[in-house]
Amino acid sequence: MAEKRVVFRGWWFPGLLLLPQLAITFIFFVWPAAQAVRQSFYRADAFGFGEHFVGLGNYASLFTSANYLASIETTVVFSLGVTALTLVVSLAFAAAVDRLIRSGGVYTAMLVWPYAIAPAVAGVLWWFMFDPSIGILAYWLRVAGIPWNNLLDGTDAMILVVIASAWRQIPYNFIFFLAGLQSIPRSLHEAAAIDGASPVKRFFTIVLPLLSPTMFFLIVIDIVYAFFETFAVIDATTQGGPGQATTTLVYKTFADGFLSQNFGSSAAQSVILTAIVVVLTVIQFRFVERRVHY
Amino acid sequence: MVENRPWLTVMTHVVLILGLAIVLFPVWVAFVASTHPADRFVTGVIPLLPGSSLIDNYRMVLSAGAQQNGLPPVGPMLLNSLVMALGIAIGKIIISLLSAFAIVYFRFPFRMAAFWIIFLTLMLPVEVRIVPTYQVIADLHMLNSYAGLTVPLIASATATFLYRQFFLTIPDELAEAARIDGAGPFKFLKDIAIPLSRTSTEALFVILFIYGWNQYLWPLLVTTDPNYYTVVMGIRRVAQAADQEPLWNLIMAVAILALLPPVIVVIAMQKLFVRGLVETEK
Repeated sequence: MAEKRVVFRGWWFPGLLLLPQLAITFIFFVWPAAQAVRQSFYRADAFGFGEHFVGLGNYASLFTSANYLASIETTVVFSLGVTALTLVVSLAFAAAVDRLIRSGGVYTAMLVWPYAIAPAVAGVLWWFMFDPSIGILAYWLRVAGIPWNNLLDGTDAMILVVIASAWRQIPYNFIFFLAGLQSIPRSLHEAAAIDGASPVKRFFTIVLPLLSPTMFFLIVIDIVYAFFETFAVIDATTQGGPGQATTTLVYKTFADGFLSQNFGSSAAQSVILTAIVVVLTVIQFRFVERRVHY
Repeated sequence: MVENRPWLTVMTHVVLILGLAIVLFPVWVAFVASTHPADRFVTGVIPLLPGSSLIDNYRMVLSAGAQQNGLPPVGPMLLNSLVMALGIAIGKIIISLLSAFAIVYFRFPFRMAAFWIIFLTLMLPVEVRIVPTYQVIADLHMLNSYAGLTVPLIASATATFLYRQFFLTIPDELAEAARIDGAGPFKFLKDIAIPLSRTSTEALFVILFIYGWNQYLWPLLVTTDPNYYTVVMGIRRVAQAADQEPLWNLIMAVAILALLPPVIVVIAMQKLFVRGLVETEK
């Protein structure tokens, strides 16, 4: 880690400076996380009086519960859907803007701002457009002969939350793809063009390989987004339904703990989720290290 | 552009115009819906051109008229959102700047331990520790308060890293010169480090304001009193409050009000916004 050569002396002043950050971290991060680990080994007695130690019982019952396994599958489908849709669409936009010289800035300005829209609000906007009785998209689908009812059909509900979540994430990916594209030297394009490579061939043999660090970084970011931040999209629209069709792992943790008051199971789910975040963060940081040298 | 290929240029514009349509259409539909009277949504196809009830709908949502329709009042929600967004942005900036300064410019016992504890916050998003964090807030009697809405969210590893990164780029000669001139660490922080980091702070502020405004799960957990609802989480209450059919015109008016402030911030400060996004990810 980089260090300063010139430093100030003393320990109480830096201690004072660090105090607010550390106090908040301990009270609202470390302590609750420790509580989650503790609670995950206990189960509340019937009628809510006291609790007893069950060891790994909560974890064991999770992995034998059909609901939890279904929720893992839902999360995987959902995250892959959001990540793939976001990457493809935003790369197409970024490649198009990168080709333009004069009008690129205008398009960029127009494509970037939906990032400021809250995921919950994005969900509500798409919820309205897909509303089976009044929504414009549902109406167009009906006209095209495709039946649509996200209130009853699990697949339709999944498509809805994937589109709404990806829509809000596209501007973010677009900014990073565009920056990546613009850092590719023009001379590479020119040399390949002189050798007779068509734009499509150049895109797949030069641009994409050079863009792979950006791509990998965005895949991690998008998976984290799909796992955690899309809670708001789901809660503001389908609330995990119909049935369990859009109940992701994070939504289930919330629903079991907060709505059903099943604290032990919810705590065990929190611990599992934390393990997933740790893995993703480590991947992200190892990669960032690599990107510096790249 | 390397070579002139007219069809490819046409394709480029087609892709981008399609892109603009995808990006703009949902917001346009919501805006149009917020300008029509409620009975327009009972049957058939929703309109695609603005109607005549714009002022009526927004006045209804913002004034006491909302309560007559069983909706929570939206004006105070906007104010709560503003308080929360500013509180989180300013709070995060202050505590991150101070702790990054301590970590970069001092050598003291447990310095690295402090650094790693801050790093840990990255791995513990609210979403993964919902119930225990709620219990802590409840024990501290911070439910339904501005402190409860803001304080637990202001610990931030990313902002601390950003400032640490920035302080490392300040030449050592400046600190040395300051020390020779007899300036202590506090004076150096106040007169040199903080003024130099101004652009980074501005970029960070834009990002954090949007982050704070758009919080959903946290206000949902810590507020049960409508006086402390924020508009982004309140929109769901609005959608549920209508007993029979959803009052789409009013819901969409609230949605537009909820998305307008952060969108204005991004459009007005686009350069800072893009810079902030890229910097916080370093």
